[in-house]
Amino acid sequence: MSKRQLLTGNEAIARGAYEAGVTVCSAYPGTPSTEIFENLAQYKDSLYAEWAPNEKVATEVAYGACIANARSLTAMKHVGLNVAADLVFTAAYNGVGAGFVIVTADDPSMHSSQNEQDNRRYAQFAKIPLIEPSDSQECKDFMKEAYDISERFDIPVLFRVTTRVSHSKSLVSLGEREEQTPAHYVRNIPKFVCTPGNAQRHRPELEEKLKGLEAYANTSPLNSMELNGGKVGVISASIAYHYAKEVFPADTSFLKLGFTWPLPMDLIRTFASNVETLYVIEELEPFMEEQLKAAGISCIGKQLIPAMFELNPEIVRRSIFGTEPNVAKMELDMVTRPPALCPGCPHRGFFYVLSKRKDFVITGDIGCYTLGYAAPLSAMDTCACMGGGFSLGMGMAKAFAQQGVTDKKIFGVVGDSTFFHSGLTGAVEILYNKGNMIPCVLDNSITGMTGHQDNPGTGFTLDGEIATKISIEAVLKSFGFENVIICDPQDLKSMQKAVDDALASTVPAAIIVRRPCVLIKRIKHDIGKCTVDRDKCRSCKICLKVACPALHMKDGKTEIDQTLCVGCKVCAQACPFGAISRIGEQKGE
Amino acid sequence: MANNTGKSILICGVGGQGTILMSKTLTYGLVAAGYDVKMSEVHGMAQRGGSVSTQVRYGEKVYSPIIGRGEADVLVAFEKLEAARYSDLLKPGGTALINDYEVFPLPVSSGAAEYPTNIYDEMKKVFDVRVIPASTIAKSLGNIRCTNIVLMGALVRAFSLESIDWNAALTAVVPAKVLEMNIKAFEAGYQFQG
Repeated sequence: MSKRQLLTGNEAIARGAYEAGVTVCSAYPGTPSTEIFENLAQYKDSLYAEWAPNEKVATEVAYGACIANARSLTAMKHVGLNVAADLVFTAAYNGVGAGFVIVTADDPSMHSSQNEQDNRRYAQFAKIPLIEPSDSQECKDFMKEAYDISERFDIPVLFRVTTRVSHSKSLVSLGEREEQTPAHYVRNIPKFVCTPGNAQRHRPELEEKLKGLEAYANTSPLNSMELNGGKVGVISASIAYHYAKEVFPADTSFLKLGFTWPLPMDLIRTFASNVETLYVIEELEPFMEEQLKAAGISCIGKQLIPAMFELNPEIVRRSIFGTEPNVAKMELDMVTRPPALCPGCPHRGFFYVLSKRKDFVITGDIGCYTLGYAAPLSAMDTCACMGGGFSLGMGMAKAFAQQGVTDKKIFGVVGDSTFFHSGLTGAVEILYNKGNMIPCVLDNSITGMTGHQDNPGTGFTLDGEIATKISIEAVLKSFGFENVIICDPQDLKSMQKAVDDALASTVPAAIIVRRPCVLIKRIKHDIGKCTVDRDKCRSCKICLKVACPALHMKDGKTEIDQTLCVGCKVCAQACPFGAISRIGEQKGE
Repeated sequence: MANNTGKSILICGVGGQGTILMSKTLTYGLVAAGYDVKMSEVHGMAQRGGSVSTQVRYGEKVYSPIIGRGEADVLVAFEKLEAARYSDLLKPGGTALINDYEVFPLPVSSGAAEYPTNIYDEMKKVFDVRVIPASTIAKSLGNIRCTNIVLMGALVRAFSLESIDWNAALTAVVPAKVLEMNIKAFEAGYQFQG
């Protein structure tokens, strides 16, 4: 037995896939799932792992690999499964070649997400088995079981974790990799070509598979009963099991479920018959509770436990036992610390220039640049989903046209990674349907918010190899944007000119706002420091409108925090009095 | 509640201050000493200068990686305002180790809000507050970046964790070229008397 290591759930999932003999892996980054694939890169001698342009493509690549008899993996954040869902529902009908596992990393409490959808519903909806580990050891061990289940029942497996499972560390005993011997590939039209005739045949077969899976669930090693002698029993899964375990008295019996759909109804009935009071402790939706109640099993769940936001031991204790926590009372006027664009962020110049015009409508998207919404920039009208930066703007343009509104100028904003993820089709829509709006790609040459992953525009692959760098301007021009304007957002005059030129353009125009993220390590950045000439500063606070965390007022004048400033000079350009300059440079240089 | 026998340490600060390296060092030492350890942190938007927190729990057997309000035994804050923000997780009477350092959040630097001036006074009413000039000590040692290990040393003293081999943990976690400075930082934090 090797020494136990402290691993995050995501590290353990990567390790589990490696040990299970997986050979093809494809994903798109998204918090809290991203580190699974960052960790797969260390096993590149044994398996292939890539960043795909989006979750749908990633899931298709992984599914194709399993048809070719390779154990395959895809992983995504919860909302990524919405993008990939098209394939998942049909793959359930077709079944698999070798084992195929889809990891969904849900984000209860929306620490870094736009909603807290409970993707356990997807398992039931798409009719695929669901596995939920509760700690890192299970993340690793259950992966191996997931591949066995996928192959034994000829079906994709949904492997659901949450932020706390993904990002918590706990001790893990590692195992060895078990290489799989792939079967010889043979074309199988009835199985993998989803004509209506084949789908109609697969439909009842799928129901039979689910019956087999429920029978399996009743004896699965992933589900375990702990009878501790008390009258109270708890059914729980995922991280909620640990909260319940900590809160309930030691004689409480537990049915801990790791295989949670189809639910092991016989096992649940047996457990229920061993206790007098049965609680279901689950985070988010009453997913298990509803099924128990539909099966006539009496239990207590969401009448006490909140159905939104994540749980913790305190919430479980308060909900079940009415115990109020002992919290110290203080009289403080707290100030929030919202995330902000970093000092030197290339997005700042873009949003600063656009923020000055009240007639601009800015439809944003998912990424660091979403932070353009924050005060004092406040330069965003919408942000809803990946790709929406272009298409939502298109809808608003058409609505304004129908309403006779002519004084609005619409800018649709996506990042470079988002452009390849789902901005391409929106760009086509804008041209094809004669959209009165300007698509803008904020190209910082990295997938920033998720922690710097490469994408088709960066010229590198997941494991750092050189790749074809796909040119955003070539793509836009080939679509038919005749006027593709490229500008540097750190040069506010260049940024302003790009906006003016795009608005004045008589042919379809697009703007590429290009400067690499200042945090990219492989690029040598021009780093310096800016300072304020206190004699020239007239306390007008215009510089504060660029929303840089390095700037603040001190004794009535602007001061720049020298540990934060990187010398980008956006504040210096905003200053009407020439009071800010970069150390070692004369004004006007 | 019979299953909760471990200790809980809450570490908080501002993205980029080095809270993660400190938790790595801490958990390395605790694991080497044979404890069951769980640690939880939230990534994502917190990287952009937002507030960050890490929870470390250890004991014979740990279930939950996170805690609720009033459940932390000790709070280590890399920044004053963050100390106040997370203090409802600290049990009344618990120890708060606070780096005497302010990072203005955007609402303050943009002039929309005031940085609270009564943080120490309010916290002292209900907690055992120990203010440590960790960033000043780190600067005097050559790099403000080792603020985290100064605080680590202070935590080891405040929480009586001397039986663990912290030099070995630092050697395993900290890059070799800054190891010497960090060992000094640890020692300075350990020796600091407020």
